[in-house]
Amino acid sequence: MSSENITFECETGNYHTSCPISCVAWLYQKIEDSFFLVVGTKTCGYSLQNALGVMIFAEPRYAMAELEEGDISAQSNDYEESKRLCFQIKKDRNPSVIIWIGTCTTEIIKMDLEGMAPKLETELGVPIVVARANGLDYAFTQGEDTVLAAMAHRCPERDLLINKRKVIQNQTIQDLFSLFSPKSKEETLESLELENHPPLVLFGSLPSTVASQLSLELKRQSIQVSGWLPAQRYTDLPSLGDGVYVCGVNPFLSRTATTLIRRRKCKLIGAPFPTGPDGTRAWIEKISSVFGIKTESLEEREQQVWQSLKNYLNLVRGKSVFFMGDNLLEISLARFSIRCGMIVYEIGIPYMDKRYQAAELALSQKTCGEMCTPMPRIVEKPDNYNQIQRMRELQPDLAITGMAHANPLEARGINTKWSVEFTFAQIHGFINAKDVPELVTRPLRRNNSLEDLGWTNLIKKDNEIKVN
Amino acid sequence: MKLAYWMYAGPAHIGTLRVASSFKNVHAIMHAPLGDDYFNVMRSMLERERDFTPVTASIVDRHVLARGSQEKVVDNTMRKDKEECPDLIVSTPTCTSSILQEDLQNFVDRASISVNSDVIPADVNHYRVNELQAADRTLEQIVRYYLDKARRQGNLDQSLTDVPSANIIGIFTLGFHNQHDCRELKRLLQDLGVKINQVIPEGGFVEDLKKLPKAWFNLIPYREVGLMTAIYLEKEFGMPYVSTTPMGIADTAQCIRQIQKHINTWTLILMNQKLDYEPYIDQQTRFISQAAWFSRSIDCQNLTGKEAVVFGDATHASSMTKILAQEMGIRISCAGTYCKHDAEWFEEQVQGFCDEILITDDHTQVGDMIARLEPSAIFGTQMERHIGKRLDIPCGVISSPVHIQNFPLGYRPFLGYEGSNQIADLVYNSFTLGMEDHLLEIFGGHDTKEVVTKSLSTDKDLVWNSESQLELNKIPGFVRGKTKRNTERFARQKGITGITVEVMYAAKEALSA
Repeated sequence: MSSENITFECETGNYHTSCPISCVAWLYQKIEDSFFLVVGTKTCGYSLQNALGVMIFAEPRYAMAELEEGDISAQSNDYEESKRLCFQIKKDRNPSVIIWIGTCTTEIIKMDLEGMAPKLETELGVPIVVARANGLDYAFTQGEDTVLAAMAHRCPERDLLINKRKVIQNQTIQDLFSLFSPKSKEETLESLELENHPPLVLFGSLPSTVASQLSLELKRQSIQVSGWLPAQRYTDLPSLGDGVYVCGVNPFLSRTATTLIRRRKCKLIGAPFPTGPDGTRAWIEKISSVFGIKTESLEEREQQVWQSLKNYLNLVRGKSVFFMGDNLLEISLARFSIRCGMIVYEIGIPYMDKRYQAAELALSQKTCGEMCTPMPRIVEKPDNYNQIQRMRELQPDLAITGMAHANPLEARGINTKWSVEFTFAQIHGFINAKDVPELVTRPLRRNNSLEDLGWTNLIKKDNEIKVN
Repeated sequence: MKLAYWMYAGPAHIGTLRVASSFKNVHAIMHAPLGDDYFNVMRSMLERERDFTPVTASIVDRHVLARGSQEKVVDNTMRKDKEECPDLIVSTPTCTSSILQEDLQNFVDRASISVNSDVIPADVNHYRVNELQAADRTLEQIVRYYLDKARRQGNLDQSLTDVPSANIIGIFTLGFHNQHDCRELKRLLQDLGVKINQVIPEGGFVEDLKKLPKAWFNLIPYREVGLMTAIYLEKEFGMPYVSTTPMGIADTAQCIRQIQKHINTWTLILMNQKLDYEPYIDQQTRFISQAAWFSRSIDCQNLTGKEAVVFGDATHASSMTKILAQEMGIRISCAGTYCKHDAEWFEEQVQGFCDEILITDDHTQVGDMIARLEPSAIFGTQMERHIGKRLDIPCGVISSPVHIQNFPLGYRPFLGYEGSNQIADLVYNSFTLGMEDHLLEIFGGHDTKEVVTKSLSTDKDLVWNSESQLELNKIPGFVRGKTKRNTERFARQKGITGITVEVMYAAKEALSA
């Protein structure tokens, strides 16, 4: 273990990232019976339209409630307007839940979404969840955090189920059960059978295959996952309550974690995140240790995965990387990269929750110690302009950056990888360990094929002086 | 509130940023929350821009909300001034700063004291204008600012250039094929012996704007952006302008004739001579451009009477409508635009060239219109291309909003004589090729798929029995959808719920009767 302390810096916050409302893009696909209504302006709509790309043409289960001048100046009645829109959505799409995404505008004009929702919910007969995923407070992936935190309040109370267990044969209660979908009933019954540990709920939106892969990895260690927040359907939300253990799969879910602890009385397992074989192993080990379960053949499993990554590792070893920071996955990605033998110059990150990410930070520090590299500087709220100056000094082999900077950096001979791809790629668990090095090495492999052409710098001389 | 899934024109600040970042050495500072700088992504990705987009956000966060921007915008302006030394900083409001009602003018005034750059606030109202209107306004604002400045400093040079010259106004970043059009226009003017005085905003320096009045006339290729500037220059300096879009053979000739008129007013006085472009127009039309010959060629006969729908911005949709109707003999079932603010002009332009006109910025209305009319081809934006995909109707993209594939590397102008070649290719390739079409009809189509049920309507109250389905399958693929629709419409009118072969034929009879 390195004795070196981690240094945190904080810059101006002038950096590029996506608006947190972008979380709609992956959440509407994850929660199949949902409908996302973004209450905002043309600016929000245009941002989503551009972020979603071709998805927009596939009749997505999302829409804008576009605020017009009358809404801003309170000439129209917010409640009546939202009601009109929600009834139309119910008629056209009949979703199981409508999620209102509050934006900067609703914050500034202080539209009382949380106040309107319960009233409208009763009138409409469809649950309305309110998440304030705005650019005033949050960055990119934190949007998912606000949605999941809001959803945590809607998970059924676990006590009900404990009572049910006692009288599970009781027919009247069986009727109650029919409120839940057959799938969740099955899961509940299954989890009731495996009784070697308290219930465990994982939180974080993952593609369903990745979610089942992680569940399976835990099952190998005789740990039963009793539910996921979010589930594939809103109607399948896991039950929560006193005595339920929860564990996050993504580093940007601190608000959800806080809500689960404080409001739902769950116990949080603070573990590193299951990114890379090292992270996945540490994640499983931490959960097992909390439940007092001895892990089996985890080390072999990890070694196997490293073996399979050998070709990639040869490419990345000794290469340097610079994280500009925009999606909060940076600490765990950097830790994995260091373990792969890379040198990390800087970890930019929009927001750093030192408590929620404590275990991940500790693992990073340990990794640096073991790989004999200094712990990279962590720059919160980075300043992109300054970062580009630093990058000119350092000339990293790879910059992990947003799309606004990627092409200009490439033209100046700095290889880049779009950070947003890490948000959408499947990077969790042993099975997907390959995806991160696959992404990271893509520009390096591309270089190997184009190397001898001598066209790395593609800007005119007078533009070189100007960097931004 | 309005339920919206998609929009044709973006918010106002995008227009301002497009104009500002098209100039060289001009920086825009947006007063916006985190994540609103996706304009940089659009420019970097769509235009494959090599340089950093000169747009910074002065971030609005909780603190700003609580105590106002105070020094923040001013500090950011001063910082950019030091880092980049731009000629001009455009302070850009967004929807957020509009509601905060912060006094941008005040920030600008304070910043101007301590910076070397010029600083101006973009004068656009987020809730009243869209991207295109804002771009038009911002361009005029910048031009006006620099001409006023030159006048104040007494270095405004109003003497005309020795040889005929023109300003091209309205070429800018993220514009539909703007770069290619610009090259084509330069070539056209060169052919006419007209020198290019300036092209703005793309690639122009603001310090050069004071030389704008030296040109003999202004050329405004696109209706959406540049007209305000041209009108201002006409009013202020008596500069004439040509706003006929040189798209298609006929309108290109029209545009050249107008240029000739403006030039001759001066050549008669200055050089005592009169230019005649008619021989050039004739030569280009008949022999250099292939489009005129193409529409006479035997293959183009198959296009006669085919139906098409056109939708896009006012410039491209109206020009396209005229080209298809006048120059190619295609029937336009409907022509439409999302430029609601320019509806009157559009209606006047396409009057007599189409069966109906649709003015809307709601893509579902456009989709329903296309589903109802079932044209053989669509010419529209990326949205119409996707509508076409769902309905199995080919689509040629003729207008923004567009995807990255509409920023081709190869030379693809829409304007001028080369543009007319490109359009002819686009049109011809969009319709099923003539001979192929003919053979398909003879041999009953080549797709053996089940009955096409793709449609935008969701009514499922009609049941086709197995015989009628088989019969429907025998109908060639490209008209099958239409037959199905007609039969169902007929059945619904007659109150029939089960469709049999008899109903199908009755429908056919009723229609042809």
